[in-house]
Amino acid sequence: MLGRFAPGVCTQVTMGVNQQQNRNMATLKAISMRLKSVKNIQKITQSMKMVSAAKYTRAERDLRAARPYGEGAVQFYEKAEVTAPEDEPKQLYIAMTSDRGLCGAVHTGVSKVIRNRLMEPGAENIKVICVGDKSRSILQRLYGKHIISVANEIGRLPPTFLDAAKIANAIMTSGYDFGSGKIIFNKFKSVVSYTQSDLPLFSQKSIENAPKLAVYDSLDSDVLQSYMEFSLASMLFYALKEGACSEQSSRMTAMDNASKNAGEMIEKLTLTFNRTRQAVITRELIEIISGAAALE
Amino acid sequence: MAFALRSMLRNVAKKIQVRGYAEAPKEGEMAFTFAAGNKVFYDKQVVKQIDVPSFSGAFGILPKHVPTLAVLKPGVVTVTENDGKQSKIFVSSGTITVNDDSSVQVLAEEAHPLENLDRGAAQEALSKAQSEFNSAANEQAKAEAAIAVEVAEEIVKAVSA
Repeated sequence: MLGRFAPGVCTQVTMGVNQQQNRNMATLKAISMRLKSVKNIQKITQSMKMVSAAKYTRAERDLRAARPYGEGAVQFYEKAEVTAPEDEPKQLYIAMTSDRGLCGAVHTGVSKVIRNRLMEPGAENIKVICVGDKSRSILQRLYGKHIISVANEIGRLPPTFLDAAKIANAIMTSGYDFGSGKIIFNKFKSVVSYTQSDLPLFSQKSIENAPKLAVYDSLDSDVLQSYMEFSLASMLFYALKEGACSEQSSRMTAMDNASKNAGEMIEKLTLTFNRTRQAVITRELIEIISGAAALE
Repeated sequence: MAFALRSMLRNVAKKIQVRGYAEAPKEGEMAFTFAAGNKVFYDKQVVKQIDVPSFSGAFGILPKHVPTLAVLKPGVVTVTENDGKQSKIFVSSGTITVNDDSSVQVLAEEAHPLENLDRGAAQEALSKAQSEFNSAANEQAKAEAAIAVEVAEEIVKAVSA
C-alpha cells in the first residue's frame, strides 16, 4: 500500500523542479497517473455498488418479514400505555449503527440524534450503548464517559436473532439500572430515503406502574420479566434489520454517485490529457520546423 | 376501444382492492399476528381460534379473550382459520400478547410448519443435545443444553403425533 503511494509523492516533488524546464512533459505524466488512479477508484466504487445492491435486495426481503415482528413487539407497550417514570431520570440510549462506512449519512444521522440529546440539560443521567464501531468512533471523543458498552462485528453479515439476543443480554447484564430509554435506528422508507426513528425501552417498574396493566390477566413478575427480555431482543432484532437495509440502500446510492463523479472526473482528465499531448506535439513540431528554417 | 377496456380493467382492479380492505378486522374479531425471526405467518389476519403452549399451561384464544401476556414454551401452535382450515406450526420460544382490543400477537424466536420438520433429524438433534447435557462442564452450559434437550424432545413429540 505504501509502495503505491510513494511514487506519487516523488513525482510531485520532481514535478516542481521540472516545472520551469519542461512543464508540459511533466504534467502529461502527472495527468496520466491521476487518470489511472481515478479509473481504479471508479472500478472499486462500481463493484462496491454491485455488492451492496445484491446485499440490499436480501436485506429488503428480510426486512419485509421483520416488520410485523417489530410492530408486534411494541404493540403491548402502546396498548398498555406504558410511560416513562418521571421520578427516575436515568435513561439509556442505544445507537444502532454498523462497523462499515462509505454509506452516506446513515451512521452520522443516528449519532447526531444522540449527540443532540446529550447536549441538552439532564444529560448526566444518560448512558449510551453503541452497536457498531461507527457510532462509537463518532461519539467517543466528546461523550466517551456516557458510553457503557460497545458491540462490534455488525454489518458484515445480515443480522440474526442471535445477534439481537446477545445485545439484549449485554444490556440486561450491564448493571445499569435505567428507568426508560430509546433505541435509535434508521427506519428504511425507500431506496433513496430513510429517517431516524426510535423504539421505547422501559424498566420492569415502569411497566408495573402502567395505567392499563390491570386489565391484563394472570400476570406475575416472572412472566413479565421473561416477556420483557424477549420483547427487548425482538425490538433490537427489528432495529438491526431496519438499520441493515437502510445502510445497504444508502451505500448503493453513495457508491453510484461516487462512480458517476469519477466518470465525470475521468472525462475532464482525458480531455486535458489529450489537449496537453497535442500541445506538446505542436510545440515539438514548431521547434523542429523553426530549427530547420534557421539552418537554411 | 382500448381506452374503454383499460378503464374497465382499472375498475375491476379497484373492486378487487376494495374486497381486500373488507377483510380488515372488524369490531369483535381478532387481528392475529404471528411472526418469527425467519418468517411471517399471519399479519393482522382474522382467524377463528389459536391454541398456544405457554409456561403457565397450554391455552386456546378465541375472540374477546381477556387481555393477557404469556411466554411461549417449545411446542405446536394450532391456528384455526375462519374457513375451518387448521395449520400447525412448531415454535421454539417467544411471547404471546392478547390486547384489550382483541388483537393477538404471537412472536416466536423461530417457527416452522409441522410438515417441514423431519423426524430423523429431530431424533438426531435430541441425542446430540442429550450428550451435550451429560458432558456440560459448568452451570450455564448445562442450562443451555437442558433447553436444547427440551426443544428437541418437543419436536420429536410433535412430529410423531
